[in-house]
Amino acid sequence: MTSMDFLLFTKGPLFQLALTIFALGLSVRLAEVLLLGRRHNYAEARGGQWLPGLKTVWRRFYPDPGTFQRAPFDVLVGTLWHVGFVIVLLLFIPHVELIKATFDIAWPALPNPVVDAVTAVTMAALVAALIHRLRHPVKRFLSTREDYLIWTVTFLPVVTGYLAYHRLINPYPLALGLHILTVNLFLMVLPFTKLTHIFTAFIARWYNGAIFGRKGVQS
Amino acid sequence: MTSVANPAIAPGATEADLDQTTPAGSFSLARGLVAWREEMDAAVAAFFSSCVHCGLCASACPFYVETGDPQYTPIHKLEPLRLLWEQEYTLWGRLKVKAGLDQRRVTDAMLAQWEPLLYDSCSMCGRCSLVCPVGNDIQYMIRKAREGMVASGHAPEGLVAASVRAVTTGSPMGLQWKTLEVQIKHVETATGLTVPIDQPAADYLVLLSSMEIINFPEYLEAITKIFDHAGVSWTLSTQCFEATNAGIQIGSKDIAAQLVQRVVDAAEALAVKNVISPECGHAYTAIRWEGPNVIQRAYPFKVWHIIEVLDQLRAQGRLQTEGKEDDRLSLHDPCNLARKSGVIQQQRRLMDLIAGNFVDLKEHGEFQWCCGAGGGVSSNERAEPLKLAAFKRKKAQIEEVEPERMVTMCATCRTQLEEGLEEFNMDIPVVGLTELIADHLVEKG
Repeated sequence: MTSMDFLLFTKGPLFQLALTIFALGLSVRLAEVLLLGRRHNYAEARGGQWLPGLKTVWRRFYPDPGTFQRAPFDVLVGTLWHVGFVIVLLLFIPHVELIKATFDIAWPALPNPVVDAVTAVTMAALVAALIHRLRHPVKRFLSTREDYLIWTVTFLPVVTGYLAYHRLINPYPLALGLHILTVNLFLMVLPFTKLTHIFTAFIARWYNGAIFGRKGVQS
Repeated sequence: MTSVANPAIAPGATEADLDQTTPAGSFSLARGLVAWREEMDAAVAAFFSSCVHCGLCASACPFYVETGDPQYTPIHKLEPLRLLWEQEYTLWGRLKVKAGLDQRRVTDAMLAQWEPLLYDSCSMCGRCSLVCPVGNDIQYMIRKAREGMVASGHAPEGLVAASVRAVTTGSPMGLQWKTLEVQIKHVETATGLTVPIDQPAADYLVLLSSMEIINFPEYLEAITKIFDHAGVSWTLSTQCFEATNAGIQIGSKDIAAQLVQRVVDAAEALAVKNVISPECGHAYTAIRWEGPNVIQRAYPFKVWHIIEVLDQLRAQGRLQTEGKEDDRLSLHDPCNLARKSGVIQQQRRLMDLIAGNFVDLKEHGEFQWCCGAGGGVSSNERAEPLKLAAFKRKKAQIEEVEPERMVTMCATCRTQLEEGLEEFNMDIPVVGLTELIADHLVEKG
């Protein structure tokens, strides 16, 4: 198998497989959550559910001042790499091109040097987050193999993308193939791990806001 | 089901006695798991699907913050419930169990290990629920987890005894109407007013908590004066005076429903329009939010916390006060009242009436810190050291603003503040807001 064969395999059949597993797996997970429903609530409401729910979806991007003071590292590093990851995923020129080719929707991309810098920061922040997980008493205590697995499958696409962009792996089709391979891995692992939080966290936040909102508290 | 008054079994009540008070079968692991399956809903599934073990909930929990022990991380307290969810409510989890790839099981040994985590180190204050970045309402799940703990026979002795006393005698402290009657006589003598009893069609049925009757009799005197001053039509009921609900604290809907039903029966018998929960946090949550759900129907009356009623009277101009306290006062928001029920501004507007030098704690309202005694912690003797440890967070908050007195509106919080401050040799008296209002009423001409 040449490096070009490898690239064609990862972006062809393997990508199709990964997308299928991702779509089916995630649909099952979301159905498992939503189909459980909630019991009828007989208590007289003090406030609404929908709007407070949506507000909480938004507000949880911004931690309360007390939490920031008590865990500044978590908040800063966590925000940094999540935002970095999303910027690189959605605003890198080749990614925008791919989305355009696949879904026929497009938006302006960021210049390559900017995405390059954001990628470097994201990698650094991900490494810092891992070290923090290994050292912080609560994080270390809570962490399971799955937590380290999802860190790995999140880190790999970023680092392989960076290596491919800088031509640090040769030949190029091999570098790009490895990047796409790790993306496929990410997609296939997502529905079976807590990577589902990418989607379910919005549902969780809404329920949180709705439960509190009904009692007249914006959570 | 034996609901015959039998105070004789109260002092040394055991789980077998508690079992007698609930319908159907005896406590067992199987029954506990059934209870958990009944509690599983879309919100719980969304929460468990979203936790990435970031551990930020620990920084919101007074039990973790003041002990530094990672096992008190709020989400960790739910691990047995999470395991059941993963193994029974996710396709992937079910497949792993079927294929023999997942040998873990929820066992009695596991539940025994988690009992202190779910009861001793959690006051269900809900602060973690406000801080979780993915939006997990952890407190909501702790409440649900306790259902299975009770049904499987893994609830703490102290709470079991309180629940048995509540069901058999009507009060978690075994207090009888005749004790309250003595209090009523005292109040009537001291005020020259009549305490209305069993008045049909009164506007408000007033409930009390046993702890208040025993520790803070000034509350009954205060509302007697305030309601006379404001011309409020109210009554006590000999059929039911107890507002607290041990069933909510221990986490048993069966017990909770029996206790709520007594209040509903008394309110319906007198055909009152409103029921007032006293200065007690969990009693309010129990009757206001959980009550209609445990009895599976809406009430024909409204439920208020006394602070809400006082604020309404203030807004209607029916509370005429004179003079202000001139010492530096601060306020402790009970979790059940503020964060869990949205009563936050009412107590501040009332403080404005009577406090000349008021200072709020830095984190207050929905972000206040628990006193450490709620959620049944104070009825659980085994949790005593943790209860005091958790109080240190409140103590630190109080030290930041250096008040001369603390004001609150929950008898459990008040007792905990008094005991905690005394333990640390801090000379800061604690008063109830209702009494403070009563002290400043304009005398009738």
